Amino acid sequence: MDISLLANLAYIVSAALFIFGLKMLGSPATARRGNMLSALGMLIAVAAALTDQGIVDFQWIIVGVVVGAIIGATASRLVAMTAMPEMVALFNGSGGAASLLVGWATLYGSAEVQTFTAVTVLLAILIGGVTFSGSLIAYGKLSETLNSAALVFPGQRIFNSLLLLALLGCGIMACLDPSPDSPWLYGVLGLSLLLGIMAVIPIGGADMPVVISLLNSYSGLAACAAGFAINNNILIVAGSLVGASGIILTNIMCKAMNRSLTNVLFSGFGAIKQGKAIEGEVKPISVEDAYYILEAASNVCFVPGYGMAVAQAQHVVKELGEILEGNGAEVSYAIHPVAGRMPGHMNVLLAEADVPYEQLVEMDDINPRIENVDVAIVIGANDVVNPSAREDEDSPIYGMPIINVDQARTVFVLKRSMASGFSGVDNPLFFGENTRMLFGDAKESISGVVSEFG
Amino acid sequence: MEVVFLTFILVLSIFLGFELISKVPATLHTPLMSGANAISGITLAGAFLSSGAGMATTGTILGTAAVAFATINVVGGYLVTDRMLSMFKSRKEG
Repeated sequence: MDISLLANLAYIVSAALFIFGLKMLGSPATARRGNMLSALGMLIAVAAALTDQGIVDFQWIIVGVVVGAIIGATASRLVAMTAMPEMVALFNGSGGAASLLVGWATLYGSAEVQTFTAVTVLLAILIGGVTFSGSLIAYGKLSETLNSAALVFPGQRIFNSLLLLALLGCGIMACLDPSPDSPWLYGVLGLSLLLGIMAVIPIGGADMPVVISLLNSYSGLAACAAGFAINNNILIVAGSLVGASGIILTNIMCKAMNRSLTNVLFSGFGAIKQGKAIEGEVKPISVEDAYYILEAASNVCFVPGYGMAVAQAQHVVKELGEILEGNGAEVSYAIHPVAGRMPGHMNVLLAEADVPYEQLVEMDDINPRIENVDVAIVIGANDVVNPSAREDEDSPIYGMPIINVDQARTVFVLKRSMASGFSGVDNPLFFGENTRMLFGDAKESISGVVSEFG
Repeated sequence: MEVVFLTFILVLSIFLGFELISKVPATLHTPLMSGANAISGITLAGAFLSSGAGMATTGTILGTAAVAFATINVVGGYLVTDRMLSMFKSRKEG
């Protein structure tokens, strides 16, 4: 039988395995096996690709695989769970780079490149390039090697429009003469990388979850484009699955912030509007008093934000959760979709601290029953529990869905001091009638409460 | 005709992707993304040909770099996803 036919049949099997794998991600109970199925699918696809008759020399393939496997395995083992967003940003980037390079190399492979192939090659270079440089900037912002605030300068839109025009021009010229040495090709390459940078710098810290999701999607689309360039089905199938996944997550993130994607991408957030100034008095509480209230509580809900991860407080939070449960209270962890720095980040951090996944609840599950919660403990979250989003039409976050902790019987807010959150918005929650501020390092405060129980 | 065929596959896969992914619960969105990173390493299947077809030196260099980048995604993506998913425990497993 024809070997290329066999390879294509193998691709069908691996596509089916990818699909099953994603389906099993539908529940935490089956997710791990799903990931393994997906990996098996990848193994089959890769093995099938190696049978290609066009491959005459395996030497460099082996070099590439060994180098990549060492880097990938080391990174995946060493990365801290708090640093997952940075890791995913880098993976997005390397996916983009791979597709860019495959597209580019295609031009060296064939003597005469058809226009359709040329267009897809350029798309692979464009999307791959944007993904690569954009992801590096996103990584820089997340790891705070770059300033994480939005960078906006006068004439930015005009500059970007010119950039797009130049890119289009270079693209058309490169399509007309698709040779690997064409200066237009280098033009497309350089401008794509620049576009990636320009696309991410105007996006501020709080919007990074949207950017990572979007770049995740691009890395899939780049694989798709490369699939078109080299006529490979499995690249198209797998690439579009990833593309769809990224788009869905982007959409969820945007909805959770009540912003349109255009608004996230093109407006530097925060500087424009200022909500009502809030007046009132905050009511601090001591660790000891917090203990007395918690001791009597029968329903406690933790609302964690990225601040909890920064303070490395998740383990001691879990300890307190267990003590409260032992004390007869119902304990849950309510997680806002944009809490943390990427979709689902807080869930991973709590899972790492051995919180069973049944206790991790979503915003829409907790809000209808928030009035039954005796104590809501807000740790390192700010904007996602800010009642201005519901009440103050002038607030920049007005309309954003929040966890309504202010409607719980008592709210503890753990906070280092009275500084405002990532988006620089005042939070009337801190001045609420039923709010008590537990000032200090979150980890120390919780440890204090835990030892009171002891 | 080839173009139409490939586009056909593209459109169907996108629809399938939307159906599948919208069923993934929020609690697994981070592993979903790193798993997607791994899947986008499928470019490896294309990179082999670029690296091993005995093309001009520049082409081989580009292809080999592509193999390395894609392998980072595949190996790193699956391993880190597995590491994360292994931490999600049910109450029963205690």
